[in-house]
Amino acid sequence: MKSAVLVFPGTNRENDIAGAIERSSGTRPHMVWHGDSDLPKVDLIVVPGGFSYGDYLRCGAMAAHSPIMREVKARAEKGVPVLAVCNGFQVIAEIGLVPGALLRNAHLQFVCGDVNLKVETSQSLFTNHYQAGQIIKVPVAHAEGNYFADDDTLKRLEDRGQVAFRYCNDAGDVAAGNPNGSIRNIAGVFNDTKTVLGMMPHPENATEALFGGTDGKPLFDALAAALV
Amino acid sequence: MKARIHVTLKTGVLDPQGKAIGNALHRLGFPEVGDVRQGKFIELELSETDAERAKSRLDDMCRRLLANTVIENYRIELVG
Repeated sequence: MKSAVLVFPGTNRENDIAGAIERSSGTRPHMVWHGDSDLPKVDLIVVPGGFSYGDYLRCGAMAAHSPIMREVKARAEKGVPVLAVCNGFQVIAEIGLVPGALLRNAHLQFVCGDVNLKVETSQSLFTNHYQAGQIIKVPVAHAEGNYFADDDTLKRLEDRGQVAFRYCNDAGDVAAGNPNGSIRNIAGVFNDTKTVLGMMPHPENATEALFGGTDGKPLFDALAAALV
Repeated sequence: MKARIHVTLKTGVLDPQGKAIGNALHRLGFPEVGDVRQGKFIELELSETDAERAKSRLDDMCRRLLANTVIENYRIELVG
């Protein structure tokens, strides 16, 4: 699997996610600086977490309008898979690759720690190594992860099975265990072809027992298996 | 020409910062304060001299960068 991990000024999770991809696929991703005009021909584009451009204006807004993102959007529209985590999710939401937006956490505090996620569907190239309904534990670290979309958009997302993950408690109860106020506990969403996934939690930081868990690893294993 | 742009969260979008400001004002002895909404204020210098053209360009700037219209409204004001 050939992949590219984008790096903006202020990105800080690029090595975490590159490591997770390498451990699952055996191939080190290309690290692509935002100012490089050429995006190599790859099977997967990754927009990692961090604080691109210091979160100026709005989280992800500056990175979203950098030249490399025009190319990412064009490739995504041709069907090249995109995985966007945390700040990456904010970036791709800004350019409309996935619906909705990420607001300041409802309680105004930075959340940092493990959360439980309910896998909503196994029918995607990102989640087909999970069972639908499976509860996984992965970390979050963000101040602006409060997912918002208007009612029409939410209806469309639900009807088309575009919700990838929801926050829940240990028992899998979605009514409890919302760390940031996200509408309908949404932690991750797909685009309408399920080739783009944006999510606030960090699966890359749950890929080694040493990290405290491996529940994020099946996501990278699934990508490595699908994108040989 | 100078332009002032006000960006605010849409009605119906939760504004926890506005709420926290409201609570703080209540604690400071301003019980008359009701709903508080926080926004952004951006001031721009433009080389454009035609007001209509300036407005149309500013509208484009707001839609493409300055506001996220999924969650925010914007208001453009031309001065001087």
